[in-house]
Amino acid sequence: MSLFSKKNKEVFTAPLGKNNPVTVQVLGICSALAVTAQLKPAIVMGLSVTIIVALSNLVISLLRNTIPNRVRIIIQLVVVAALVTIVSEVLKAFAYDVSVQLSVYIGLIITNCILMGRLEAFAMSNKPWESLLDGLGNGLGYAKILVIVAFIRELFGSGCLFGYQVIPQWCYDHGYLNNGLMLMPPMALIIVGCIIWWQRAHNKDLQEQ
Amino acid sequence: MEHFFSLFVRSIFVDNMIFAFFLGMCSYLAVSKNVKTALGLGVAVTFVELITLPVNYLLQTKVLGPDCLVPGVDLSFLSFILFIAVIAGIVQLVEMIVEKFSPSLYNSLGIFLPLIAVNCAIMGASLFMQQRIGLDPSNTQAITNFGDSIAYALGSGIGWGLAIVCLAAIREKMAYSDVPKPLKGLGITFITVGLMAMAFMCFSGLTI
Repeated sequence: MSLFSKKNKEVFTAPLGKNNPVTVQVLGICSALAVTAQLKPAIVMGLSVTIIVALSNLVISLLRNTIPNRVRIIIQLVVVAALVTIVSEVLKAFAYDVSVQLSVYIGLIITNCILMGRLEAFAMSNKPWESLLDGLGNGLGYAKILVIVAFIRELFGSGCLFGYQVIPQWCYDHGYLNNGLMLMPPMALIIVGCIIWWQRAHNKDLQEQ
Repeated sequence: MEHFFSLFVRSIFVDNMIFAFFLGMCSYLAVSKNVKTALGLGVAVTFVELITLPVNYLLQTKVLGPDCLVPGVDLSFLSFILFIAVIAGIVQLVEMIVEKFSPSLYNSLGIFLPLIAVNCAIMGASLFMQQRIGLDPSNTQAITNFGDSIAYALGSGIGWGLAIVCLAAIREKMAYSDVPKPLKGLGITFITVGLMAMAFMCFSGLTI
């Protein structure tokens, strides 16, 4: 029983690609769409979710044999809410402007379906180390989609990356315009739709009948 | 009274939970396959919101806010835990009531009834309410009294219900159309919602 056996590696890497929480399991879409107008909040959000999923998976997995089945949802919610409160306070202390940008979406990590989904489906029935890896994998899979969407939206929407101008001035002088629609909510949905389209075109077994 | 009404209309159309904030997307995408179930879930969400939001409003203004319990103490960092506890408790209650009085609805909602507890639209409404308490009363988004919190709860619940019923109606028709294979199911649904959100953006110019 080694820590990095083949099975554990699979647990970690599957959510990054073939079993991605956002595009395949359809979990945690709300925040994935709302914070992706710029790269910086998207990365902070992705990291926060990764930390919270990994730690809550670990805690619930350690407690799994002592939790009575009837009240498990409430216990899971309390563990998650406590972790989210800590992350939210840390962000307020060290990255205040980002935490203002993310506004309610940090609090909404509590109701992020990735958390409940992974706790119910994995942590309740697996050992702590596997659960930690599963949490890390799913958090990073979620962060990956966030970064892709935010990259596209910030680049085409405001010509910037991380707030720095990357599209040179002479393009604007020759009539290039930023696509303001990219910063609006609907484009987030359409970009995620296209990512799903691309992924399913390459992975035939993910297609729906 | 005027403020009550404008807050209500704004939260249905302009600040729509789905199209402006993407809250409650998980169950929105999963349960919108036929109109009847979608309507049932919409009603259930509105009902849960109508109870939880005013309760959380009282909790925020009477217990958690600055100087409420003890002068000089601001307990609002506890709001996440308390709000989610209130929501989880009330959902449990609603589940028992629905099971008793409408077993058919209970069966058709299935797992999504308990999952309303983790529906971001409910928690999101409470958190937005918490943000809006401090706003200037002349702002149309401000929630200044108990009545406003009811208007906001009703509006955002109905807005969510409206969105899910519309999507379900479109998806029922879409079942007969010839969609490219990789786009089938989830992909096309995302793009449809995107187009619907664009249509709803027209309302954002509305001044009430």
